[in-house]
Amino acid sequence: MSANGRTFKVNVTVGLKPSVLDPQGKTVLAALHSLGFNEAKDLRVGKHFEIVLEGKDRSSVETRVRQFCEKLLVNPVIEHYSFEIKEA
Amino acid sequence: MVVFPGSNCDEDCFHALRDVAKVDVQYFWHKERNLPPCDLVVLPGGFSYGDYLRTGAIARFSPAMDSIAKHAEAGRPVIGICNGFQILLEAGLLPGAMLRNRSLSFVCKHVFLRTETADSPFTNRYRKGEVIDLPIAHGEGNYFCEPDTLKQLQEEDRIAFRYCSEKGELGDPYNPNGSVDHIAGILNEKRNVLGMMPHPERSSEAILSSEDGRKIWESLLG
Repeated sequence: MSANGRTFKVNVTVGLKPSVLDPQGKTVLAALHSLGFNEAKDLRVGKHFEIVLEGKDRSSVETRVRQFCEKLLVNPVIEHYSFEIKEA
Repeated sequence: MVVFPGSNCDEDCFHALRDVAKVDVQYFWHKERNLPPCDLVVLPGGFSYGDYLRTGAIARFSPAMDSIAKHAEAGRPVIGICNGFQILLEAGLLPGAMLRNRSLSFVCKHVFLRTETADSPFTNRYRKGEVIDLPIAHGEGNYFCEPDTLKQLQEEDRIAFRYCSEKGELGDPYNPNGSVDHIAGILNEKRNVLGMMPHPERSSEAILSSEDGRKIWESLLG
């Protein structure tokens, strides 16, 4: 335990909004098809962040991670995000 | 001339302003907080902070950006070229965002642009509809904004340049990156902030095969 309390691990997933075209995803999907994986019907490429942080409790960590996302990790014009918190 | 770690068009812009437009120019390192008195701020092209996270996403938090935002709020001109445009978008000084080029390739070539408005401090020496030849060099110049933002840009005459054919026609074959509405450059509401992907500094002298970018500097000189 540190001065701040407990240690948490957060996995943040960032993806392009549905209204935004994803040329990278289209190309990867086409590559899967060319390998014969024809059951793949849609594919979007996103980003993944693994963050370790300290916090008092789960809800205060949630508030902080939301701020990380809105201030820096995500561009809300084109992206959306979700995250999972685990206690380390 | 703002310099970030990873800027690489700063010296070209510096040259175009000092030796072609014949104005006093000085560099402004991104760690500095107080912008010296100046008439124009240039955010040059390059790969600030290695384009990590998203293009321009880290540069917008540089200490220099607060004083640049104040300069813009006061109605004084700011031009962002290429990566400079991307930084202005991330900083919220212009609306929208950049996506990867439709082709996924880095595109480096001369393109034709249609000047869409002569009503700005940057374009008043051009005629509306004038077709000009400028080079582009980017991997993420696919401009995106929501339909209501696009409508606002159109209605307020804030699209400065669109990609076009040599004759000024619009169409997918002439759009090098997939930008919505073929947008190559936009203005803010007060019309004193311009972001554009093409490089006027690389086309301000005959020796560079096009002088069409020169009128941007001449427009600013009034």
